[in-house]
Amino acid sequence: MSETTAHDAVDFAPPAEVGEMELYHAKTWIGKYVWSQDAKVIAIQYGITAIAIGLVALVLSVIMRLQLGFPNTFSFIDPSNYIQFVTMHGMIMVVYLLTALFLGGFGNYLIPLMVGARDMVFPYLNMISYWVYLAAVLILVASFFVPGGATGAGWTLYPPQAITEGTPGSDGGIILMLLSLGVFIIGFTMGGLNYVVTVLQARTRGMSLMRMPLTVWGIFVATILALLAFPALLVSAIMMLLDKLIGTSFFMPAMVSLGEQTAYDGGSPILFQHLFWFFGHPEVYIVALPAFGIVSDLLSTHARKAIFGYRMMVWAIVAIGGLSFIVWAHHMYVSGMNPYFGFFFATTTLIIAVPTALKVYNWVLTLWRGNIRLNVPMLFAIGFVFTFINGGLTGLFLGNVTVDLPLSDTYFVIAHFHMVMAVSPVLVIFGAIYHWYPKITGRMYDDGLAKVHFWLTFLGTYAIYYPMHYLGLEGIPRRYFAYGDTAFMSESSQDLNAAITIAAIVVALAQLFFIYNMIVSYFRGKKADPNPWEATTLEWQTADNPPKHGNFGPELPAVYRWAYDFGVPGAADDYIPQNVPPKDVKKA
Amino acid sequence: MSIVLVFLALLMGAVVWWLVKQTINVQPWVAHPATDSVRDEGIRSPITSKPLSNIKIGLGVFLAVATSLFALFISAYSIRMEYPDWRPITEPALLWTNTAILVLSSVFLQWGWVGAKRGNLQTVWLGVGIGGAFSIAFIFGQWTAWEQLASAGFFAIGNPAIGFFYVLTGAHALHLIGGLVALSRTVSRLWRRQDMESIKVGVELCAVYWHYLLVVWLILFGLLLTT
Repeated sequence: MSETTAHDAVDFAPPAEVGEMELYHAKTWIGKYVWSQDAKVIAIQYGITAIAIGLVALVLSVIMRLQLGFPNTFSFIDPSNYIQFVTMHGMIMVVYLLTALFLGGFGNYLIPLMVGARDMVFPYLNMISYWVYLAAVLILVASFFVPGGATGAGWTLYPPQAITEGTPGSDGGIILMLLSLGVFIIGFTMGGLNYVVTVLQARTRGMSLMRMPLTVWGIFVATILALLAFPALLVSAIMMLLDKLIGTSFFMPAMVSLGEQTAYDGGSPILFQHLFWFFGHPEVYIVALPAFGIVSDLLSTHARKAIFGYRMMVWAIVAIGGLSFIVWAHHMYVSGMNPYFGFFFATTTLIIAVPTALKVYNWVLTLWRGNIRLNVPMLFAIGFVFTFINGGLTGLFLGNVTVDLPLSDTYFVIAHFHMVMAVSPVLVIFGAIYHWYPKITGRMYDDGLAKVHFWLTFLGTYAIYYPMHYLGLEGIPRRYFAYGDTAFMSESSQDLNAAITIAAIVVALAQLFFIYNMIVSYFRGKKADPNPWEATTLEWQTADNPPKHGNFGPELPAVYRWAYDFGVPGAADDYIPQNVPPKDVKKA
Repeated sequence: MSIVLVFLALLMGAVVWWLVKQTINVQPWVAHPATDSVRDEGIRSPITSKPLSNIKIGLGVFLAVATSLFALFISAYSIRMEYPDWRPITEPALLWTNTAILVLSSVFLQWGWVGAKRGNLQTVWLGVGIGGAFSIAFIFGQWTAWEQLASAGFFAIGNPAIGFFYVLTGAHALHLIGGLVALSRTVSRLWRRQDMESIKVGVELCAVYWHYLLVVWLILFGLLLTT
């Protein structure tokens, strides 16, 4: 290695070579906060919309649980609207909450700030992106109110039942759902172009790719995945819409419905499954990669230690992104595929576990002998690591064809994917919101309430999903409205269902602590320090707190180091921000 | 799905190669003043090896997204073709004329771009005007082909070959209409006599997009003819 070390004194810095961008300065209140072109405002708009629609999905899940825990008790739940709630809960959570919040919300807020840019490179397009997203959400909500109600096809929208009479919402509901997805994809593409080009082109001087915080890496690679994978959903949505509206037979087979031969002829439902999961599996990583990135930064900052194996973390993100495109058919083992196909996809599924496990080891090794500060964001980050390991391990079971076949469509699957891609990313979202709340609002949240929120949510979700593994092993199928007296179900399974429902209600109510805390702290919270966590990344080094339009002061910061200079030997402080030149580092 | 996988493999290969070039042998933990600007490691033009502008990279990313979309349509087409109810159709002869028109519109936009590079406004006007007119003619031509198919009794939508014919040509035409919206913005810049630099960028992006759509059309047309 050369003699340059992390704290040597070199004082030459060449002039800035990143051209200043011209910002659009709105003059009216509406221009600043409604039709805003500032990525930070757009981020908050995305965030609030996503959380609002996410709360709708949360309420839907509680209603589902009420039915499962206490069947024949609630007259307002019937089999049709039960399956509608299942469908809308899944679709909202995966696409309209998680994808929109991670990429539209955190992507917009953090990318320009973390790479040292004034704003996204195409601010106007960025603004349109949000409003198109909002339109998609409104179309989705409208589908609750059309005759027949929202679609009840399950979030995977498999044909033929998705558009066949008899399925709830097979008229207006499914049409609005497909339209909404199409609109969402158009809006996302506009935002996604921004995130990718901003990372590639608008980094400040010295912010080389390998000095970017892992948060930016995660969001960057997830955006690339989304840009390439969402077209698969668009293609399937367009073709299914045509099957529904003008009677083409892309996916719809010749079949008898309600005693009559339909006009459809020879279409292939399996073709839809291929297209859907070609989007659907990368979608898992579209949600997971930003979470991986954010959690790496939270663990490193609150453990006061450099992330372990930064380069490997970056390459693992890229490797997972690439591999995520060749595992999709592991969602289709029961569709009657060629056994060699199944073997191939089981193998790729196990291979993708390698870079993922590498990341988990690196997180644990980052904590190892760190100066851990159990702040609320750290609690959520550690909670994520636990939950992700749990959910990931059951993925190894389901990834194997022979084990998957009996477990397919049981509560084991529900338990697996809720642990790995529902609870895990949501824990990261909470951790990230608590972590950046002082930056976004300029005020601190109430620590006590936040801790109550964490423990109820973390332990509560285990009370919900652990027992579901057991239900799944017993063979209890998912998406059923009621089980009645089914012979293979043990008597205790109903007690377990009731207990799960009570836990679910507690967890849902616990979110009120979060919402109350966020709203009240915004007005009454203690004024926050500009860098309360003593973090190194650029968003904490802004001139104003919260940062104004344009993010940084008159000059963009120059970057001299990576984002993980914690506990540098010889330095007086235990952290060195990225924009501190080597000659300005205080010596111990 | 093999077609889309080939596309993705190529794209991923390029991305990984670029990333490895940027990140291998880098020691991120070493602090030093920023001697390299982002421009030095940003994406460069493969021809002139100069740094590319944001908007050009934006177009490049969009073309990747559009390619993913068309590759998926083609994949779906080739999978659906293998089912026993596939009944091939005879494409209207008009498509040959339309193809020639699209080639011409691409040629004229290229001519306009060359004019913009040389600062010759008249050539830009001619290139953009005639190129745009040919594009509109192409869309009308496609519409006529649709009608010919329908009137020949081929509106039997149950035949997947027909369905795909409409979907593939429709998706392509929609992309071209989007391009026309962008082209109209360039025309309005020309009209308002804005500075040559912004006109040049506008014409260049349109020309690249038109060439791209021409290639996509040739692939789609070839596919429709041969199956």
